Amino acid sequence: MSDPTIRKITVKALTRVEGEGSLRVRVVGERVEIAEFSIYEPPRFFEKLVQGRAIRELPDIVARICGICPVAYQMSACGALEQALGIVTTPGIEALRRVLYCGEWIQSHALHIHLLHAPDFLGHESGLSLAKVAPELVERGLRLKALGNRIMEVVGGRAVHPINVTVGGFYKPPDSAALRGLLPELEWGLAAAEEVVRETSRFEFPDFTREYECVCLKAEGEYPMNHGRVVSTGGLDIDVADYERHFQERQVSWSTALQSVMLPEEKPYLCGPMARLNLCFEQLPPRARAAAESSGLELPITNSFRSIVARGIEIVAACEEAIRLVQAAAAAPLAPCRVAFEPRDGVGCHATEAPRGILYHRYEIGADGLVKGAVIVPPTSQNQGQVEADLRDMLPGILDRGDEEVRHRCEHLIRNYDPCISCATHFLRLEIERA
Amino acid sequence: MMFTPQQPPTRTKPSLAVFKFASCDGCQLQLLDAQGKLLEIADRVQIDHFLEASSKVVPGPYDVGLVEGSISTAHDAERIREIRRQCRMLVTIGACATSGGIQALRNWGRIDDFLGAVYASPQYITTLATSTAIADHVPVDFELRGCPIDTRQLVELITALVLGRKPRVPGYAVCVECKARGTVCVAVAKGIPCLGPVTQAGCGAICPAHDRECFGCYGPAEAVNLVSLTGFYEHRGTPREDLTRLVRSFNGYAPEFRAESDRLEEEDKGDIPGFHHE
Repeated sequence: MSDPTIRKITVKALTRVEGEGSLRVRVVGERVEIAEFSIYEPPRFFEKLVQGRAIRELPDIVARICGICPVAYQMSACGALEQALGIVTTPGIEALRRVLYCGEWIQSHALHIHLLHAPDFLGHESGLSLAKVAPELVERGLRLKALGNRIMEVVGGRAVHPINVTVGGFYKPPDSAALRGLLPELEWGLAAAEEVVRETSRFEFPDFTREYECVCLKAEGEYPMNHGRVVSTGGLDIDVADYERHFQERQVSWSTALQSVMLPEEKPYLCGPMARLNLCFEQLPPRARAAAESSGLELPITNSFRSIVARGIEIVAACEEAIRLVQAAAAAPLAPCRVAFEPRDGVGCHATEAPRGILYHRYEIGADGLVKGAVIVPPTSQNQGQVEADLRDMLPGILDRGDEEVRHRCEHLIRNYDPCISCATHFLRLEIERA
Repeated sequence: MMFTPQQPPTRTKPSLAVFKFASCDGCQLQLLDAQGKLLEIADRVQIDHFLEASSKVVPGPYDVGLVEGSISTAHDAERIREIRRQCRMLVTIGACATSGGIQALRNWGRIDDFLGAVYASPQYITTLATSTAIADHVPVDFELRGCPIDTRQLVELITALVLGRKPRVPGYAVCVECKARGTVCVAVAKGIPCLGPVTQAGCGAICPAHDRECFGCYGPAEAVNLVSLTGFYEHRGTPREDLTRLVRSFNGYAPEFRAESDRLEEEDKGDIPGFHHE
């Protein structure tokens, strides 16, 4: 543009997020004309490539959608396929699945808090540079991450892309001694996570609040992970089977990720740790609740910059839950470790709470044992519209600042959502045009 | 291999860059785990470009480039050429980068079917018909196998780079690891069709230790005989289409695996929905 009043700010790549994407903002006067959060991830076509694959292969295949949250994909797929097959697993299997999921939450949240998000609050370019001045903070993050990984290894056989998960349960029961061996580190992790909550709640948060339509699973008597009804702050309360009647994926020209909106208003919504805390605080185990209360966090959380505290609280919860469940599982070895199935024609859907929010899967299967069709809605696609809405709201209030600060604030805001770009995105470039 | 141990590193701290193509991020994530050695590694190498971990982006050239992911767009085919020019040594990490990954299943289908199945407006999406290995586009100096790569092998690779020697990574099969850890053979004792005899070691033979088949995360081992192995399983009663799927998965487009699944399918003429040859 030759117009001298147009200011352009360009950043080649957004960093400290999982994957790569771009952002394009155009501001005319005080009006934000365009705020597009683009996703350039080369499409990998998972919904198509699982067609014709055997039912039993699915947990291994869909894990490869994301190296940070493979368990989420395995759990949603197993739940949906088990429904299609008409089988019900045992409480013991479900308890161990929850332990595995706790491991994933711990490692994913610990990574995001310490290496990706904290540097924004503490004025650092990375967790590595932060480690030079606050080694104990970064080392705690890495040790928490290692704890999550270890849980995934003991229960799932491997931390990235676990190999012990199968439709109906597990290939092999985890070793009781190895399970018990997790407990001392989990006790440390619980105390360390409480420290995370204390520390992060003392960060300085940019003043940016808004009312969110929060969406998450809600279950009786437990903080949501593997099961629950889909609820929202606006009063939605539906069975997962009705998910596609209330949420719809849309294709936008600037993104290879589909964006999800809530029907009938077609509005963006928020999922993930903030949504879960806002809707399921009562379900938190006692120490997580106490940590939240003593941190001074006010509910509902309306400032996405505070999501770092919400993640800390969820690490406390995941450690607490894992301790309780591991003690029980170590005392009574899992038998049988899986429920057998006979292939049949069927359709099944299931949703679980990935670290970043609701992950919905639906499969159609055949009596030949093969998958006929699949629908997968990852949490980052669901939050993508909300990220754009936040940017549109936040930008007018900060336009008096320099380009560098505006750019950084936008990147920080996107990191509040911990976008998982391999689930949905690639290559984040930021371009701001000002007229 | 272009490893030249006699050639000293360009400076005391070699510079490292990490690049992502079509992938799940799981392999570069291993660098953030690195057996608890991340901070130690950050002391020994200069991390100049690692978007997932740092906002510090130093322009090339770099001593070593680690590349995750496969090439599946025209833009990425260009990008990898530029990256090759910027890196003194280029190392591919993981199944996507070394063989095209699970997304290479599209190479057996028609791309329009794939686009239409996922996107309502396929015209917005630019993609190649294939997902291919980095080495199909530019010369690669070393490849680290795995889906995902193993953190011990990654630490060995970086240690070797710092010392200027060749990494010690086994080329033998998973069977050796099963014997080493004392796992009873699932193929012989339990009748499970297992790819362990033809798959490169590195994972620690975790799948047979969990009473299930190896499904080839590390790709073909050195000098393997797939025809003999699948023939054995088929003779024992495994349907040919099951064997085709077994070989055609995370490293399905690696030359040895690809030739075998094509052979099995050709002889079978079985109809595997979604994956018709053109």
